[in-house]
Amino acid sequence: MRNMNAPKLGVILLMAPLMIWLFALIILPHVDMFLLSISEKIAPRVYETGFANYGEFFAEPLYWNTFARTAIMSIFTTIVTLVIAFPVSYYIAKMLRGRMKAILFVLCLLPFWVSELVRTFGWMILLRETGIVSTFLQWAGLADQPIEMLYTDATIVVGLVYTSMLFMVVPLVTTLESLDDSYIEAGYDLGGNGFTVMREIVIPHAMPGIVSGCIVVFMLSLGNYLTPILLGGKESLWFTEQIYAQFITRFNWEQGAAFGFLLLILSSLIVWGGLKLSRQTLSETMG
Amino acid sequence: MIPSIPQSRAFKGVYAAYISVFFVYLLIPLLVVAVFAFNDSMFPSLPWKGFTFDWFFSSTEPKLGIFHDSTIMEGIGVSLFVAFWVTVLSVFVGTCNAFLFERNNFPFKNFFYVLMLLPLVIPGIILGISMLVFSNTFVNGVENVFNVEMEFLRPGLVLVIMGQFSFITTISTLVISARLRKFDISLEEAALNLGASHLTAVRTITLPYLKPALFGAGIVAFLMSFENFNTTLMLVGSDAPLTITMFDRLKEGSTPALNAVSLLLMVVSAILAIGSIFLQREKGQK
Repeated sequence: MRNMNAPKLGVILLMAPLMIWLFALIILPHVDMFLLSISEKIAPRVYETGFANYGEFFAEPLYWNTFARTAIMSIFTTIVTLVIAFPVSYYIAKMLRGRMKAILFVLCLLPFWVSELVRTFGWMILLRETGIVSTFLQWAGLADQPIEMLYTDATIVVGLVYTSMLFMVVPLVTTLESLDDSYIEAGYDLGGNGFTVMREIVIPHAMPGIVSGCIVVFMLSLGNYLTPILLGGKESLWFTEQIYAQFITRFNWEQGAAFGFLLLILSSLIVWGGLKLSRQTLSETMG
Repeated sequence: MIPSIPQSRAFKGVYAAYISVFFVYLLIPLLVVAVFAFNDSMFPSLPWKGFTFDWFFSSTEPKLGIFHDSTIMEGIGVSLFVAFWVTVLSVFVGTCNAFLFERNNFPFKNFFYVLMLLPLVIPGIILGISMLVFSNTFVNGVENVFNVEMEFLRPGLVLVIMGQFSFITTISTLVISARLRKFDISLEEAALNLGASHLTAVRTITLPYLKPALFGAGIVAFLMSFENFNTTLMLVGSDAPLTITMFDRLKEGSTPALNAVSLLLMVVSAILAIGSIFLQREKGQK
């Protein structure tokens, strides 16, 4: 009834906010950032187009080491999150019924309504030299002096895993719930054991959830600033920190824009690759 | 491994223990933050020096309670202001988008739908710097051509609101679209048959139906804005929202005052979260 070829006035009015939003706040800023990243400062207020800012990234080991380190630690975080979250999601989706299931699921979600800052602060209270864990270990006789557990790579991973957990649990529970119990029973009837049923039936079925969970967790870890800074301290060497430093501390926006673009490319590649791998589209995964 | 398949007792025990440990892990950081808000000490750590409400209500240094701490109170005020505008704008644009994508066809619809989703997969810090760069180009351009200084587009609250709005709108669009998709279009057609104008039909039939989703999207938008850090960090000017104030304090070293603010945030978030879950449940039943 409303499907006419020429858009009506109403449609054009409805499109206006969308277009303003997408063009003024998303597309133009990113185009502008790209243009800035390919302009080289040759003298004060004199610029030339070129890729020197990107060249600088590859020439300076600190930069690409930080970049690679951030990517590798984000991959590691993603794997750890998946390994911890899968049994929990399976338990909620398949082992529980009714009210208990709903309660545990909501309990999984609740911590993530609280600001990331508060959650990270909690870990700082637990892990610092005068913190709860250190005091507990001394009390239990497992340590004879205070232990500083902040400012290590492991702490950063602990914080990132914690902060990303929700984004893994929700897609996993959703896909696992859609698996009919009778398939699992059939697997056992046909002589499978727990391990083969898991490998041949459950995991293939949960693959879309696993992939979308991993994509989101990876992306969020890569772009995280708060957790690496607070838990990793000055030596955390997270790439977002480099971007922040170029923009705010050194006021070298051209270099910062190039860094930002590199991070955006890596993040987009992972999202795109993950979607291709699982034969999904962005619309299906998000909508 | 489902209840209808017999499992050894040991396996079940280990599995249940793992789940318990997981929930302890999930809740313990929040629990310690809450508990140490009441520690009568200068540091949020052991030893426990007794129970106090000073970190909330005391009006004297050194244990200045948060309700008397002007920087924290201003931070809360700034955050509320930002979150209010982000919520209003993103729910409005989200509703327009939902009607646009669910009810209309137009050229390149799929392309724009994917474009609409993109802000969710762009890291927050990148959204922040791209907007910082673009607003700077824009303001300088206007200044050079028209000789007008657009001071409000320099880093500050307007940019913070725009930065947060740019990705929260995607979320509100998705929430509102999901409910609009379930709406039975014949109800609206009945109103039209009974002589209502198109606008009246939408206002009296469709929008009331969408109300739970509008509130739900509003709550989510409000919380995401209030808690946002990455995008805000790059765009903030002299008025700092609460998350930025807290971050600065945290870097200097923390007092239980931070625990007190955190506890306040947790309580408010929990109320809003439960409210939104309640709204969604109501939505599911209809």
